[in-house]
Parts: sequence; structure tokens; C-alpha cells
Amino acid sequence: MTVHDVRLENVTKQFAEVTAVDDMSLDVESGKFYAFLGPSGCGKTTTLRMIGGFEEPTEGTIYLGDRTVTGLPPYKRDVNTVFQSYALFPHLTVFENVAFGLRRRGVKKQLLRGQVDEMLRIVGLEGYGGRRPKQLSGGQQQRVALARALVNRPRVLLLDEPLGALDLKLRKEMQLELKRIQHEMGFTFIHVTHDQEEAMTMADRIVVMNRGRIEQLGDPAELYERPRTAFVASFLGVSNLLPGVVAGPELVRLESGQELRVAAGVLNGHTGAVSVGIRPEKVRIGGDGANRLAGQIVERAYVGVSTQYVVKTDVGQVSVYVQGAGAHVPGEQLQLSFDPESAFVVSRSEEDRP
Amino acid sequence: MRLLHRQKGAIPYMLLAPGMAWLLVFFVVPMWYLAKMSLSSGLFPLFNFGWAWGNFHDAISLYKPQFVRSGQYAAIATAIALVVSYPLAYWIAFRGGRWKNLFLLLVIAPFFVTYLIRTLAWQTILSDNGVIVKTLQHVGILGSDGRLLATSAAVIAGITYNFLPFMVLPLYVSLEQVDQRLIEAAEDLYASKPRAFMRVTLPLSLPGVFAGVLLTFIPAAGDFINAQLLGTPRQYMIGNVIQSEFLAVRDYPTAAALSFVLMAAILVLVLVFARILGTERLTVSHV
Repeated sequence: MTVHDVRLENVTKQFAEVTAVDDMSLDVESGKFYAFLGPSGCGKTTTLRMIGGFEEPTEGTIYLGDRTVTGLPPYKRDVNTVFQSYALFPHLTVFENVAFGLRRRGVKKQLLRGQVDEMLRIVGLEGYGGRRPKQLSGGQQQRVALARALVNRPRVLLLDEPLGALDLKLRKEMQLELKRIQHEMGFTFIHVTHDQEEAMTMADRIVVMNRGRIEQLGDPAELYERPRTAFVASFLGVSNLLPGVVAGPELVRLESGQELRVAAGVLNGHTGAVSVGIRPEKVRIGGDGANRLAGQIVERAYVGVSTQYVVKTDVGQVSVYVQGAGAHVPGEQLQLSFDPESAFVVSRSEEDRP
Repeated sequence: MRLLHRQKGAIPYMLLAPGMAWLLVFFVVPMWYLAKMSLSSGLFPLFNFGWAWGNFHDAISLYKPQFVRSGQYAAIATAIALVVSYPLAYWIAFRGGRWKNLFLLLVIAPFFVTYLIRTLAWQTILSDNGVIVKTLQHVGILGSDGRLLATSAAVIAGITYNFLPFMVLPLYVSLEQVDQRLIEAAEDLYASKPRAFMRVTLPLSLPGVFAGVLLTFIPAAGDFINAQLLGTPRQYMIGNVIQSEFLAVRDYPTAAALSFVLMAAILVLVLVFARILGTERLTVSHV
């Protein structure tokens, strides 16, 4: 039986005229690394703040474990937050910053010293206890913020885009570091981000959000291979979406009249207007895939690991990524193919939503 | 090229020059003159310099009550101003919203009227036939012949009122800079709202408390208008003594010595105060 650390039940958050979170329900499994992924304004941060107790839902209930926490102030909730701005206390030393939560909960002095030192060691800041936050680099401040939250051993750790202010190299390091710490400590992490690559790198489960609702929830591979909506397909990586209508149990007829095969079951529940989605790296030039498209190269870009082509076909432009330096040039006529198993299908009414 | 370089080096000094000149003419020279006067003897208008240290001894021994009273009144007024101003500044900084500037304007609005006129207005407010005295007599807090004017309370109230904006403004500035996210962080780390205030907001606003206390206490300790208009000679402060020594008695040496003693006393108090609050804390800026 899976244990749930956080449960949202029909949670809605209304700010004046704006619905930030719209009737959202979610079970967060214990000990897993979750990412709330979505564009700005999708409600991911509001959801996090409601779990933390900084916002109250307009409707619905939030549980931590078996306990209803709706209406409880932040200091009565067994969660801790790593804030986007770090929000370290400038008047306290690193040690006192990390000790803040323990002191409020009346942890004995002898125990406290050991716990703080241990946590500083885990985040790689041994010996920095006497410094002030201002004397640390951005990456180090980030680690203090993490230590300050983790030292309390919360049921759930909330991370509000904490890596946003770091430069790319440090970001990558911290992503792996966070994952390591999560594994080491085994707490549930909920990480808010708008960066799909970050979410894919770190999370066990990704909750893709759009306009206050959950678009899709799944592990990274599931979301990438089988996106259920056009939004998810285009938010996680690049997708070619070819509009058509359902023409059989494994068949979609494109606007050009051409028919494409898809894997069994992919069309389950779909009728009428759909789009066949195919990732650029799954399309081959030439090849013997069951689905074929004829076209002409209009653009070519060599980006090192791959060569990216834009090919004009009579069902629209198709992006194709080929490993290494491709030999084809713009203007060239060619045949594209892909396997039915690589394709996914999204409903078009979904795609047409403004 | 070299000329330009040399000119560039001179620019900071040129920018400093007007201020330095101002200080020299209006601060250093008068201080020098005052210092010399405090060690002179003789009768107006002829005073002779002669290391007359006795002036200081006389000043302290003759006017000790006024010195003590000045310190007491200024300290009480500063304390009341702090207690009244902190919630006010807190409220404007955190709850003022878009009306912040209006509230700040209201705080400094009294400054549009002269100090003297404002204090005279207090004379009317506290007068024996005024509404306040009558009301207090009616409810029995004051006796039927009790009065407010010409009491210590009136002088302290006047000082508090007159210097209140000097307390509110620095408090507001330091509270306004306190990052709200720090308070959220404190609450996230199991601090209730009062605890978050004690552990985060209050320590971060101490520079404002420090500045406000100095800006209020220093002018209050040297004030003479409030004691003169709202009190009697029994409420006179050291400022009144210095004023009358200079303008009425014309005993310049004693007046000068009194001024120096007052300055020294305030300086010592400020240093002790800075020590207590801790200078390191005050230099930590909020980022």
C-alpha cells in the first residue's frame, strides 16, 4: 500500500477575479521527488504555498498524512520550504539560520549543535557556521536555505524554484546534489519549476500544470513518450503535431488524405479531430518506418550532437533531428519515415484551447 | 592627458570643499570660540581667557538639578515616543498599502507650522479652562483645582509631541526594508507570529530604533522651549539655564561651560547606548 504524504482534494484558489488553482486533486506519494512543472501563472507556486500554509484554499481540503491542515498556520505544519529568494536571516549566522527551526521547537542545546553541524556537512558547508549569509556566494546561500529546511526533518520539503538564480553550471550541479540529498534522507520533495529539463533531471513524478489544472501526471519517460495533451507534448521537449481525424482503430487520416498508423491502444478514447504527435528525433530521413511523408528541406542547423532539419511536407512543417553532422542540404527533396510505435495522439479540441 | 588626470584627482576635494567650508565657519570656529569662552573670566562685555577651570566646577555644582531633570525628561519623552511610534511606523510600513505616503505626510504635517507656534498651541490645549483639564477634573483623575499646565507631565508631553516625527521616520525606513519573505520563512520554521516578530522583524529594525532614539533624545535633552512655555522654573531644563545665562545674565563663560558639559554628557550616553545595542548589528544591512 502506498503512503500519501500530501493529499489535495478539489482545491481551488481564487484571487479576486483570477482562478489560480482550479479544482485540483492530487495524491503525493511518500518518499518521492515530485516536480510541479508549468509556465508562469499556471498555479504551481500557489499550490505549493497552500501546502506550506502561506495561502488558504478558497475551496477544498489539504491533508498532510492523515491530518487536515487547511486553516492551520505555517508554523503548525510539518513542512518546510526552500524559498526562491532563499530568505536567509541576514542578522543571524549560518549556524543560527540552520538552528532557527530547531530552537523554535525547543530542541536541547547538546542535540542541536550536532544536528546543525551534521546538516551543514550534508550540504557541503562544514566550517561555515560562523559566517553571515552575505559573506556567502549564491550557491552557498542556496545550500544554507536547504540545510535550514531539512534539519527539521519535515514530512514534506517544498522547493519554490530555488535554483532559478544560479548560473547554468551551478544549477546542473545543484540538481544532482538535490537528488542525492533526497535519496539520502528519503523525505518527500515537491519542487516547483518552469524548466522542463530540470523537472526531467530531478523528479520521479512530474505534475504538469496549466491554467490552474493538472494537465498530466507521470514519470518523466511516460510524459515524454506518451503526452496526453498538446500542451504537455509541446511543453516537454519539441513535438511535431500533424492534424487529422480518427479513421480506424489504429489509423489517423491527415488533412492531405494520407493515412498514418499508430500503435494499438493509443487511440483509445479518441474520436474525431486529433493530432498525431511525433518527436523530431524519432523521425528518420529515408528509412523503412511504416509511416512515410514526402517533403523538401527548408532549413538546416548543425548543433554539435545533432543536425536539425525543418522539412516542408504537404501536412505542414516537420522538425527532424539526426545524430551527428547530416549530409542533406536545404532544397533537397526527400522521404521521411517513422514507426507507429513512436507516435502519440492528442485530442485536437485540447490543442485548440486558447 | 596628465592634466586631465590631475584634475580628476582634485574633483573629490572640490566636491568636499563647500561642506568643509561650511563646517569650518559654522561649527569649528564657534566651537573654538565657545571653548575659549568656557575657560575665561570677567564681566560682560570684557572676558579674559585664563584657563578658568572653575567655570566647569561651578556649572556642574550649581545646576546639577537641571542637568538631571534634562536627562530624565528627555529619556522619558524618548521612551514614550518609541512606544507610540513603533506600532505606528509598523502599521504604515506593513499595512499602509498605497496610502503609505499620505500617512507619512500626516506624520510630518506638524512641521509645516513653526515649533514655537505648535508649543503655544499646546499651552491652549492644556490650559486650566481647556477641554482636557475640565474632562479630567470631571471624571476625577484631576482634583477640582488640579492642572496640567506648569507640570512635569506637560513639559514631557510637549517634548514627546514635538520630536515624535524624528522617531517615526527612521523606524519606518528600517521597518519598510524588512523583507516580508523573511517573516514567512520564520513562520515556516515554526515561529508563531509574535515569535517571528521578536526574532526577525525587531532585530532587523534595531538600526531604526537606534537612529530614532538618538534623533529624539539629543535635541530633547537640550530643549528649552517646552519647559519655558509649558512649565515653570521648577520644570526648567539645562537648556533654559544656558539660554538665560547667555541672554539674560550675560555670564558667557558659565553658559559656555554648561554647553560643553551637556555635549560631553550626551556624547557619553550615546557611546554607552551604541555599545549596548551593539554596533555590529547596526552595520548589517538587509538584503
